[in-house]
Amino acid sequence: MAAFVAILGRDLRLGLRSGVDSAQPLIFFVIALTLFPLGVGPAPEILERIGVGVIWVLALLAVMLSLDRLFQADAEDGSLEQLALADLPLELTVLAKCLAHWLMSGLVLVIASPLLALLLHQSAETISVLALALLLGTPVLTLIGSIGAALLIGARRGGVLIALLVLPLYIPILIFGVSAVEAEVMGLGGSAQLLILGATLLAALALAPFAAAAALRLSME
Amino acid sequence: MHKYANPLRYQRIADAVFPWTLAGAAIFTVVGLYYALLAAPPDYQQGEAYRIMFVHVPAAWMALMIYGMMAVASIIAIVWRHPLAEIAARAAAPIGAVFTAIALITGSVWGKPMWGTYWVWDARLTSVLILFFLYVGYIALHDAFDDPARGARAAAILCLVGSVNLPIIKFSVEWWHTLHQPASIMRADGPAIHPSMLTPLLVMWGGYLCFFIAVHILRTRAELTERKIRNLRLSVAEPAE
Amino acid sequence: MLEAHNLACIRGGRSVFQGIEFSLGVGEVLSLQGPNGSGKSSLIRLLAGFLKPVLGEIRWAGVDIRANLAEHRTRLHYVGHADGIKALLSVKENLAFTCALNGAANGALDRALESFDLEGLADTPGRFLSSGQRRRLSLARLIAGDRPIWLLDEPGVGLDAASRERLERAIDRQREQGGITVLATHGDVRVANARVLEFKG
Repeated sequence: MAAFVAILGRDLRLGLRSGVDSAQPLIFFVIALTLFPLGVGPAPEILERIGVGVIWVLALLAVMLSLDRLFQADAEDGSLEQLALADLPLELTVLAKCLAHWLMSGLVLVIASPLLALLLHQSAETISVLALALLLGTPVLTLIGSIGAALLIGARRGGVLIALLVLPLYIPILIFGVSAVEAEVMGLGGSAQLLILGATLLAALALAPFAAAAALRLSME
Repeated sequence: MHKYANPLRYQRIADAVFPWTLAGAAIFTVVGLYYALLAAPPDYQQGEAYRIMFVHVPAAWMALMIYGMMAVASIIAIVWRHPLAEIAARAAAPIGAVFTAIALITGSVWGKPMWGTYWVWDARLTSVLILFFLYVGYIALHDAFDDPARGARAAAILCLVGSVNLPIIKFSVEWWHTLHQPASIMRADGPAIHPSMLTPLLVMWGGYLCFFIAVHILRTRAELTERKIRNLRLSVAEPAE
Repeated sequence: MLEAHNLACIRGGRSVFQGIEFSLGVGEVLSLQGPNGSGKSSLIRLLAGFLKPVLGEIRWAGVDIRANLAEHRTRLHYVGHADGIKALLSVKENLAFTCALNGAANGALDRALESFDLEGLADTPGRFLSSGQRRRLSLARLIAGDRPIWLLDEPGVGLDAASRERLERAIDRQREQGGITVLATHGDVRVANARVLEFKG
């Protein structure tokens, strides 16, 4: 377990020290968010209608854009082999790196979501459900994304391909994440969708590291 | 390894089977279309418009079957690294993508008279759309590497990861209230469809299946020949000591 | 203890080598020599378990390493062409990370710093190191955690004479402790009584 904590700590330290580099996806998120009122008009009814969907789509895109940070640097400078030789199964290494990645991307989105929801004229009752849905959904985005990122190490045009590989698998998270909030707004309660998101998170935690580790081993051949 | 997995043996079997599948594709499809367009009675609810079902449903079946076949081939490719399994999966992918596209497009055309809309984001349609993207992503990933072996194995992993989508497609109409109708044929109580409609459905499916096998044989043959050429070139470039 | 039987390797569709056989016992050193591209790095990566051989087996204590690759990888140190150094971390942080990964004992970090004369550079970030200093750091990892197998791919590249001596001494200490070393070299690192495996181009 010391190795797990060491990997988590190293990735967090590297992320924080690279400063603006790691903040770029979040900057993208906020800037893109502000484009919507400018594009569709600031009428509150429209923003209220589309706000939740916009936040979710941008969350997907922001996480997806930051996926190359997960493995690319380690693969290029030879750290990946060192990680493979650690006293820790590669699957747990993947989990540690995903956790670090999520803490610096998904979690920040969760914390920022109330403010962003207010910017898009969302009502108060949606905010807590939205935050909870993001809390459950964004780790899944990182975990699924880690599979795509690992598969694309050393690929030509990997930056473009990651969208094709990862976004289709993100679609169910998007659907449940948005409908959780919409159900809450309609008074039906979003608990069913939240439970599904929770189940997806558990499944992703259990399965995604194996696929990602297999892809990492493939990249080291 | 399995005796049919030897490429030479595969070639011989494939060459023998190929003309039959070609004939089968032509005959089954023509017969099926005759039944579908002329002989089968009109549906009591939808009238004549339902006939597109005979193109749509077997295409959807093929889309799922082919992906399932690719998943099995991918497991073999990953565990035993058998080159024929890799070739078979890659050869099947574009055909599967086309069948998925046919299913989506014909479904959309059928949806307009039946539901009043060309598209709706329900569970069945969305998951089949995801299947289409998985096919395209598989092909793109396979060809994204300079080392073809790496591309084949990466694509195999992606194929297996995406196979969680198959049960979702199959059961989506049961788990959720969708616009798409629930299963009428592959049900625990047996088919709920009249034989006069079931028969042309199965005949069309037979035609599609023969078509798939025929095209698959062509593509696999082409890839095997290309590999032979590559090996010949390499051995000419470095004369043996 | 570390044996190779009839090893063959194919990279990019061409055969790199075939029929490689050797058996290394406690405290032995195997030196791989040959021109660039002759397969030395491929053999080292095979021994590390990163590559799967087309033919043949690698055995540790009589057991095929592929029976438990994950365990095998915890038995070895690998120093390849890439340094595995994070530019944003200091020398000390880089080594401390390796110590944590390998479950090294307390004091291993200081010994590692001292083994390749890196104490003065302990707080220097990786991106300010010269190539020779980077090489010394990646070699210092060998000391950060005891592992019975050392796989070194051209470790002497970019090292000055003093550092090369430290490396040779480190290899000697590894032999005394009964460890096995396999190194690919162009002759710049001298090890006494090493078995030699020649690779033809």
